[in-house]
Amino acid sequence: MTAAGSIAAALHASFPRQALAQDGEPIRIGLIVTYSGPYADYGRQMDNGIALWLEQNGGTVAGRPVEIVRRDTAGAAPDLATRFARELVTRDRVSFIIGLDFSPNAMAIAPVLTQARIPCLILNASASDIPARSDYIARISFTVAQVSAPMGTWAGREGIRRVITVVADYSSGVDAENAFRDAFAAEGGEVVSSLRVPMSNPDFSAYVQRIRDEAPEAVFFFFPSGDLPNNFLRTAHERGLPQAGIRLLATGEAMDDSYMQAAGEAGLGLITTHHYSTAHDSDLNRTFIEGYRANHGDYPPNYMAMTAYDGMAVLHAALERTGGETGGEAVIEALRGLRIESPRGPIEIDARTRDIVQTVYVRRTERVDGKLACIEFDSFERVANPHA
Amino acid sequence: MSGLPIVLFDGVVYGMLLFLMSVGLSVTLGLMGVVNLAHGSFAAMGGFASVVLTSRFGVPFLLALPVAAAVTALAGAVLERTLFRRLYRRSALDQVLFTVGMIYVWIALGTFVWGAGQQAVQLPVFLQGQVELPGGYAVGRYRAFLLLVGAAVALAIFLGIERTRFGARVRAAQGDRDMASGIGIRVDRLFAATFALGAALAGLGGALSIPVLGLDPTFPLKYLVFFLIVVCVGGPGTVLGSLVAALAIGIIDVAGKYYAPEIGGFVIYALVLLILFWRPNGIVARA
Repeated sequence: MTAAGSIAAALHASFPRQALAQDGEPIRIGLIVTYSGPYADYGRQMDNGIALWLEQNGGTVAGRPVEIVRRDTAGAAPDLATRFARELVTRDRVSFIIGLDFSPNAMAIAPVLTQARIPCLILNASASDIPARSDYIARISFTVAQVSAPMGTWAGREGIRRVITVVADYSSGVDAENAFRDAFAAEGGEVVSSLRVPMSNPDFSAYVQRIRDEAPEAVFFFFPSGDLPNNFLRTAHERGLPQAGIRLLATGEAMDDSYMQAAGEAGLGLITTHHYSTAHDSDLNRTFIEGYRANHGDYPPNYMAMTAYDGMAVLHAALERTGGETGGEAVIEALRGLRIESPRGPIEIDARTRDIVQTVYVRRTERVDGKLACIEFDSFERVANPHA
Repeated sequence: MSGLPIVLFDGVVYGMLLFLMSVGLSVTLGLMGVVNLAHGSFAAMGGFASVVLTSRFGVPFLLALPVAAAVTALAGAVLERTLFRRLYRRSALDQVLFTVGMIYVWIALGTFVWGAGQQAVQLPVFLQGQVELPGGYAVGRYRAFLLLVGAAVALAIFLGIERTRFGARVRAAQGDRDMASGIGIRVDRLFAATFALGAALAGLGGALSIPVLGLDPTFPLKYLVFFLIVVCVGGPGTVLGSLVAALAIGIIDVAGKYYAPEIGGFVIYALVLLILFWRPNGIVARA
């Protein structure tokens, strides 16, 4: 046990959560996320989502005011995340840790959470085995495999038989490739080539030309959200893949709200599977979108703002279940099997794996009021992480 | 092997794109000795200038390109006078630290003004889609356009630096600063002009690259490695070297990814390693 861990455990033992005694006392929540550098937007979206939920729900969680203690990892920085987790637990005395945008950061803090018995809600990190790293972790975002496998199933049921997969060459890309292939094979389809693209790949002409020359019925691609999906789409559009009868399939990363408008014409008709579309048709989503727009104008929310919004709702529901008790065991017990309505639709935290179970939607990119939007037209209900 | 002519074409175009983005760095690094790692910031500035011009003011794309270059030239001149001139006699480490810091300042500034999202630029219709070539091959119109612009820029810079009085002065000032001022060359002004030229080239490259690479505020960091590869392999300060290096890297990268996608992403780095073993100062080293 590390020194900081020992201190945390000692603190825990000597101050058995004063829980119910102090109702007016703010709930302290540590938020570990990225606020600076190239991914500064992640933290901004999460802050906005949390603030919006509080604004729309009386400013309190389970009747208590909330104090968020923010820590900036400036990207994937496991060592920094671990240090922050220790500080939050020992010095800032938080009851929960939430956030965690990058998977390595989430993995790194797992031992601290276990030692300190502090519950953690993962709001983005999507590597499969994160909840397995600590009994105190629950995830309410998604995993790449969870949204990739339904695309394989959908493509197979559409009667598509020969597909080429193109993924970014890193762990999430490999997750997407495997999940799609397995689900597609189960429906009788075959992946005829699997291309892996380096993470920094300015020009897609070689890959797209190869796809054109191999002429499959469809291409399934996965890249982290950002410039890569759009660069791929533009090149595919320029070479006329859709006109050549090659359908384009992807996960929702390809249509991230922060980047999708830049795809323009090239994005139209793309079929994606994902857990959330800002165009999702429900009252709660309209409340979320309208509230966000009222506060931030043209700056659109994305799935990070949405999960952060849910993070508050889930904490609220869990604390209602525990009757206000904030102790680690009680909260984790309350999170198991918890179901709430989210702007994305119904979600559930699996009682055994503490991982998210949710509806995965099949969407087509269409133009609505002059802007691209992911319009849901089919769905898979209660999808769990296939690799859990 | 039916894809070979297309692969060659794509490789040459990709090389031209690398050349257009990096040649400005080759000019400032090779001729002025400034390790300007913030080169990509000027490229991004040119890119944002062209986006603002085309989407907000309805300026045609072809007109927006020279204006974007002019805007970055001006920004380059101002920054040279205020910031970069303090770096000329400092160590390479100081220059690196300062310019890397500038990249982060730019990212924060760009995010503040335009948001973290990606910017779109609308291409004119005649540059969209593909054009049929004799032999039944179809190539992207915009890619063909990049090829022509790249060739024109290469020729113009080559003549400008190797064949004009301005170029001769710059080369003289780089060789021996004190001697150059001794024979009446206004080194200060000359360097400001050269720096502005480097920035203008970056701005043009940035504006031209958006339809292929896209543009968001992290652009300067994302493509830094590629700028450096081209300049190192080509040899700093030689336009010909940058051109040869960019084309070689472009062709081999595209061919590697087309024919052997399993290892394709690595081919370019292996090539860089081999070339630098063979000629540590670049393919065309300036004496």
